[in-house]
Amino acid sequence: MKTEVKTLDFNTDWEYSPALESTDHIHIQEPTDLFISGEFIPGVRGKYFETINPANEEKIANVAEAEKADVDLAVKAARKAYDNVWSKMKPTERGKYIFRIARLIQERAREFAVIESLDGGKPIRESRDVDVPLSAAHFFYYAGWADKLEYAFPGRDAHPVGVAGQIIPWNFPLLMAAWKLAPALATGNTVVLKPAETTPLTAMKLAEIIQECDLPPGVVNIINGGGNTGQALVEHADVDKIAFTGSTEVGKFIMKTVVGTGKKYTLELGGKAANILFDDAPVDQAVEGIVNGIFFNQGHVCCAGSRLFVQENIAENVISKLKERMETLIVGDPLDKNTDIGAINSKIQLDKIKMYVDIGQKEGGSIFQSPCSLPKMGYWHAPTLFTDVSQSHRIVQEEIFGPVLAIQTFRTVDEVIMKANNTPYGLSGGVWTDKGSKIFSLSKKIRAGVIWANTFNKFDPSAPFGGYKESGLGREGGVEGLMPYVNLV
Amino acid sequence: MNKRINIQKTYKLYIDGKFLRTESARYIKWQDSKETTQVNVCRSSRKDFRNAVVAARNAVNGWSSRTAYNRGQILYRIAEILEGRREQFMAELTLQGSAKKQAEKEIDQSVDRLIYYSGWADKYMQIFSRVNPVAMPYFNFSYPEATGVVAATAPEESSLLGLVSIIAPIILGGNTLVILASESRPLCSITFAEVLHTSDVPGGVMNILTGYRSELLEHFSTHMDVNAILYCGSDQEEIRLVESNSALNVKRPVVYPDQDWSKEKAQGPYHIMKTQEIKTIWHPIGV
Repeated sequence: MKTEVKTLDFNTDWEYSPALESTDHIHIQEPTDLFISGEFIPGVRGKYFETINPANEEKIANVAEAEKADVDLAVKAARKAYDNVWSKMKPTERGKYIFRIARLIQERAREFAVIESLDGGKPIRESRDVDVPLSAAHFFYYAGWADKLEYAFPGRDAHPVGVAGQIIPWNFPLLMAAWKLAPALATGNTVVLKPAETTPLTAMKLAEIIQECDLPPGVVNIINGGGNTGQALVEHADVDKIAFTGSTEVGKFIMKTVVGTGKKYTLELGGKAANILFDDAPVDQAVEGIVNGIFFNQGHVCCAGSRLFVQENIAENVISKLKERMETLIVGDPLDKNTDIGAINSKIQLDKIKMYVDIGQKEGGSIFQSPCSLPKMGYWHAPTLFTDVSQSHRIVQEEIFGPVLAIQTFRTVDEVIMKANNTPYGLSGGVWTDKGSKIFSLSKKIRAGVIWANTFNKFDPSAPFGGYKESGLGREGGVEGLMPYVNLV
Repeated sequence: MNKRINIQKTYKLYIDGKFLRTESARYIKWQDSKETTQVNVCRSSRKDFRNAVVAARNAVNGWSSRTAYNRGQILYRIAEILEGRREQFMAELTLQGSAKKQAEKEIDQSVDRLIYYSGWADKYMQIFSRVNPVAMPYFNFSYPEATGVVAATAPEESSLLGLVSIIAPIILGGNTLVILASESRPLCSITFAEVLHTSDVPGGVMNILTGYRSELLEHFSTHMDVNAILYCGSDQEEIRLVESNSALNVKRPVVYPDQDWSKEKAQGPYHIMKTQEIKTIWHPIGV
């Protein structure tokens, strides 16, 4: 006997009134210059590029572009600060500066959140509740490590590496800056940080804070630009360590670039996480988790749960619940507090997502898209899922980095483990079941650095994050996050 | 006069728990400096290496799911068997050019190193695991796990102690291994395989090849089903090759420059961590 599935009816005349976050309190430097040796300065050649709001395609600010000569200036400043000040400072004092940065981010939290949403397109609810508080927490966590390193590495002395060159992506601009800067500074390194080309503004706001808290000039330098700027930083002979978060393709390029230089490096690269749902899981809770796993931050998440594996006997029910839930997701203005899914970060990224959706259909997948209306201006993509796909489909194999979920079914544990691990990536994975022993068994068998059991996409400064296989090398967060920034003697 | 003809050993490869000749049927003539002994050592091919990787890959799940206690005991067993075969290793080390005293010391230290690491098998996890106090209602912990299949080249000079110092931390952490023996001193590597073979080490966990590093390093570093590559030596060209090819599938490259393997810092838990991954697990804390 088939029981009738009860559904929520959202088709009423009632609509959400807009609940816009105000922007009158934020201040963005125009133009936004490079931050080198404690000063905001234009580039050597005075070149600027525009950063736009992906939700309406309007220009927000002109941003100075760093050329090779600027990179050199920044590295020199970092070296000088390392030799003369930062490596000699008492660890306790070093820690106090980092605590101060954490405090100032908290004090100016809303300004950061609004700028993050303006510049990158993510919903204000996420930038306000996730990105900014986690960034402050990250500085707070690592500040405390500065004078306790002997407890992190028993039997060895931890020495700083020197000057770190750090390159971060556009999906969590401020948070990634925090992930990179906090452990590097706590362990006594100085830094040249390059934010992503499409999202430079919150990192530059962070530069203001760094200036405000009197961090010695040159300890942190922040320069903007695209791939060429990043390459100049990676190739610079006086950089001792590279920390990169981004695509696997660029990560491999960096590995080749540093060959023979003795530079240390850590890489946080792509992913194609398997989210595995067993028939004994609480389905409604799991559906929320699946939605959060793939649609959080428009799917611009390296650890997104982009491959869903549902046990065959519950697949029909789960997929219908999932579709219903997708229909209730509000796509629209990132600054509206009701918004669930904001703007796609850039035109390039939108085109890439559309390309994959196209490929998915051409290869025979069945598509479902939430019938939401999308704004006319800006870059938008409706929440999308595919069924009738298999392991060999490109949308199952390749990282899309957008709100696109590929669903497959399975019958046995062995089968789903084989499918889940059948990828060159290994960043994260999810398991949904009410059975504890199954969680431990699956968590061990999934070859990935982070396993979320009955949850997904959770982050904390004390919890190590990073990939197996082609998802990267090294960890960020926790005690392990200190390791890439020290030489053990 | 009936003079007894002594029996000479055929030095073979050790792949998947079996002593095999190279599939290529090629050999390298090895002789000691006094030219009293001549041996035809197998010159391994790319195919031998690939077969060894298949064996190593098949052995990963079983080996890494053994209990730490069990892996520790197997390491201890290797030390026991090595101790019992002192005479044979003495003969080979001296044949390879070591002075008698030096050879004795090397065997002592090799046995001691195995015992040392045997004791780490169920402890490094405790030292490097953490419960992380996340600021949300979740139970969160992280712990080391084997990287998977490791390809390695053994130290050239220290053919027994160097070999043991590389092998022990890799396999005790649940990895499986394909290792290329010292090119100039290959004898005791193969004899060490006989030690492994009688020490309850499952087939495929450790595979030992002999041959030319210049021929095989390219294949070691380009193989797409190898998770980490460990290179011993100080040849800058070879280091560049290893580092550059690692980028193909983001292998973890580990380089040990030529060094004195008898030093205190040549052992320790941080050597184990070079072929470990950290896994973090989250679970909600409910009502």
